[in-house]
Amino acid sequence: MLDPYPDTVKKNRKKHLVVKNETAECCPQIEANTRTIPGIISQRGCAYAGCKGVVVAPIKDMITITHGPVGCGYYSWGTRRNKARADETTPKEKIYSQLCFITDMQEPDIVFGGEKKLAKMIDEVVAAFHPRAINICATCPVGLIGDDINAVAKAAQERHGIQVIAYNCEGYKGVSQSAGHHIANNNLMEKVIGTGTNRKPGRRVINILGEYNIGGDGWELERILGEIGYTVNCILTGDASYLDIKNLHLADLNLVQCHRSINYIAEMMETKYGIPWLKVNFIGIEATNESLRHIARCFNDPELASRTEVVIARETARVAAVLEQYRKICRGRKAFAFVGGSRSHHYQHLLRDLGMEVIVAGYEFAHRDDYEGRQVIPTIKSDADSKNIPELHLSPDPERYREAHEYLGLTKEQYEALIKDVPLSYYEGMYPDMPSGGLMIDDANHHEVEEMVARLKPDLIFSGVRDKYIAHKLGVASKQLHSYDYAGPYAGYGGAINFARDVANALSTPAWKMIIPPWEIEDTKGRKSHA
Amino acid sequence: MLECLPKEPVEHTTGKINPAKTCQPLGAMYAALGIHGCLPHSHGSQGCCAYHRMHLTRHFRDPVMASSSSFTEGASVFGGAANLKTSIKNVFAIYNPEIMAVHTTCLSETIGDDLPNIIKQAEIPEGKRVIHVNTPSYQGSHVTGFSGMCKAMVSYLAEADGTGKKAQMNILPGFVNPGDMREIRRIVSLLGVKMIMFPDTSGVLDTPLTSRYQMYPDGGTTVAEIRDSGNSEVTLALGSFASHDAADILQDKCGVTGIPLRLPIGIGATDDFIMAIRDWFGVEIPASLALERGQVIDTLIDTHFHYQGKRVAVFGDPDHVIALTEFLLTMGMVPVYVLTGTPGKAFETEITKMLEDAGVTGARVKAEGDLFELQQWIREAPVDLLIGTSYGKYIARAEDLPFVRFGFPILDRAVHPLMPVVGYRGCLRLIEQISNALLERRDRDCPDEDFELVL
Repeated sequence: MLDPYPDTVKKNRKKHLVVKNETAECCPQIEANTRTIPGIISQRGCAYAGCKGVVVAPIKDMITITHGPVGCGYYSWGTRRNKARADETTPKEKIYSQLCFITDMQEPDIVFGGEKKLAKMIDEVVAAFHPRAINICATCPVGLIGDDINAVAKAAQERHGIQVIAYNCEGYKGVSQSAGHHIANNNLMEKVIGTGTNRKPGRRVINILGEYNIGGDGWELERILGEIGYTVNCILTGDASYLDIKNLHLADLNLVQCHRSINYIAEMMETKYGIPWLKVNFIGIEATNESLRHIARCFNDPELASRTEVVIARETARVAAVLEQYRKICRGRKAFAFVGGSRSHHYQHLLRDLGMEVIVAGYEFAHRDDYEGRQVIPTIKSDADSKNIPELHLSPDPERYREAHEYLGLTKEQYEALIKDVPLSYYEGMYPDMPSGGLMIDDANHHEVEEMVARLKPDLIFSGVRDKYIAHKLGVASKQLHSYDYAGPYAGYGGAINFARDVANALSTPAWKMIIPPWEIEDTKGRKSHA
Repeated sequence: MLECLPKEPVEHTTGKINPAKTCQPLGAMYAALGIHGCLPHSHGSQGCCAYHRMHLTRHFRDPVMASSSSFTEGASVFGGAANLKTSIKNVFAIYNPEIMAVHTTCLSETIGDDLPNIIKQAEIPEGKRVIHVNTPSYQGSHVTGFSGMCKAMVSYLAEADGTGKKAQMNILPGFVNPGDMREIRRIVSLLGVKMIMFPDTSGVLDTPLTSRYQMYPDGGTTVAEIRDSGNSEVTLALGSFASHDAADILQDKCGVTGIPLRLPIGIGATDDFIMAIRDWFGVEIPASLALERGQVIDTLIDTHFHYQGKRVAVFGDPDHVIALTEFLLTMGMVPVYVLTGTPGKAFETEITKMLEDAGVTGARVKAEGDLFELQQWIREAPVDLLIGTSYGKYIARAEDLPFVRFGFPILDRAVHPLMPVVGYRGCLRLIEQISNALLERRDRDCPDEDFELVL
């Protein structure tokens, strides 16, 4: 696979590949979160995409203005499927998710600076829409010409009396979307989280961090968790409101779904407020069941534990028969998964529920800990690119910090016992769940995917829209796992059924059997005689 | 839907809300895909290339290949020369295209990378070509970028070999779908004239599924054909925004006469296209084309009561909208709001004249507008039909309007890129879509007693 590469490329790419070896004690080191080599057809995007597209844009009651030329804001308008709807505190009139705001910088703005234009647009937007708060996301030229968007934001905030937050997420920062996640996390942590005072009524108040409500995933989780008896404070940032994010710290436990994009906030909230966090995975029946049991154990409440088992039993039984019919189609099929910074791991569980195995899996923008587990974080060397992303160094809040066990209503001893069983503040990465002999590949590129398809002949490729039609032309079924091919939800129990149906359809759609035209079939069999 | 919009007209003078255009590099990438064996290359951050590939892929539902210079902060400070040279080396070693077509981004433009010089210093394998166009995102629109890449094809590749002109014509088809390009080819083949069309994305972005993947599909204009365009007698440049400039350069560089035309959408523009070929080459119009035209006239007369007099709002790329507006007038419809996101006063001048000539009063025409503004107009005085790209669906739902999808991009309905809107056949398709949209609305909304079988 690496043969056609020039030597420098070969040397580099080799380090991004790891084969699962059951006999090895731990995951061999994989190179990740380093520069993509210029000219290589990578799947990666940029810091703006990670900050605006992933983390910031889903906040439904904030207006997000992209400061830059027209493209970046336009491409990230309506394409990520993070659904939003009105709730008790956010009426429809305050939801801006389906609109796109761009300063549309022109040449004079690049030459003379775009600060005035940005300030004027903020004024017009406030007058026309009266939003609760505004985000400003920077694109490449903004940083290059030195527009001080933080100063513009500060002045606008004073002028209008609403919060205006500037994100220096220029596309050239870092090596992928990941830099943008970090920049967004820092700003939300520093400027929004902790500014509210309204704790939601109800017991067991929890947040779901790193859940973007693609196709309504977050709502399915909210349904399940609500039935068990939890109060979901905020889904960050899928269907999140600015008001909810202000109160994010008024919760007892943070669940982390997408580790890569949101682990910074989970960790910083633990440092500042003491709130414990738990890595969960709601993709797959068994995975969902395990996550629910872990959450219940955190609170050490027999009633909660028994309600958890009731819901698990009922939901598992409900979906089992439906899944079985699709399992007949899916069983034994092999898949590749190249998605984001957690999904290539999460979906392995759901696919296993369907009798499928992921034989090659990779992330576009993950770090080593997403593959190898968080224990490697102290050994990750920072480089010129990662040093450019500021780290917030927080200390415990003198008034609000409490010990983790207090949030969970446990004694210190109970908490010590709990963390031996439930992996609080930890993520084990993708490696332990890879099948023996499976290949982990970081920042997989077009050439490698094409080669691997030819050699390993997968039945299905889970990737993004750019790969989707390449897979089809190769004769391999594909499903987009960023956008779910516009369906979903895929999370939780209801989601598993949707996913199983969609995957079974992709594998079995009748046209796959008609690719070879009848005249070519005749040619290979020898012409029919017409005697 | 869109309950957050202000209830009363508001001041909106700065920036764009719901833009009706995107940035230049996307158009340059699309044009480059119309060269056979070409890998478009985006000289900027990875995100640009990712966004452009995703956007084009969503519209065409076919693979869109392109590489990137993968700028980091270092490259942004010290210049992207090293990134581009490394890219050129790696692309030819790994992906082996015939030609790389480089376009810039606002990132590389703002730092001022000198592309001709960098390309000159790059290692380019024998027999391979690298061309470039400057596509600063802070000027023009994706249509400008498309036009720019067409100009680059002419500047870099077209040559007159000095032995006199050949009896052949060039066609610059504009930013149209592969289905349209196929239809243009079919019409020209009926007329029996030899043609070089560039760019040509048919056979590149409308490829069949055969289980045999080709990174560089069979379609696209070859470098040799583009070179030979310098020997043609004449160039038909379809669309003033996307194609006229490249034809002008070809005329200056190689002495090929350029004939500026509209996109052949609608009867009038298709007539002009066919007459231009007939007048230049003296060919007979085949009966089959006359039949196609006659069918359109027949259909228009037969169905005019489905749509005549209806008020329409149209938006999209300028060349498309100019041609469609003319056809809507032919259909007896009343285009009251006509908008493009692409800057250019010529758009406003041309449409305004067209509407005045047709006696349409009180219309609003705007270049460099956005969809927020279009929606405000519609709220002030409603229309019966909205025609435009997929982005119009928000307005259509919020204002409860029938909606016909037309132009680029169409992200929420399939098959559009394969089905032509150009030529006489294209007229039939447009009549069918417009008519159906209005009739389906009538069937949906009418009381039971007015629900009729025959319409």
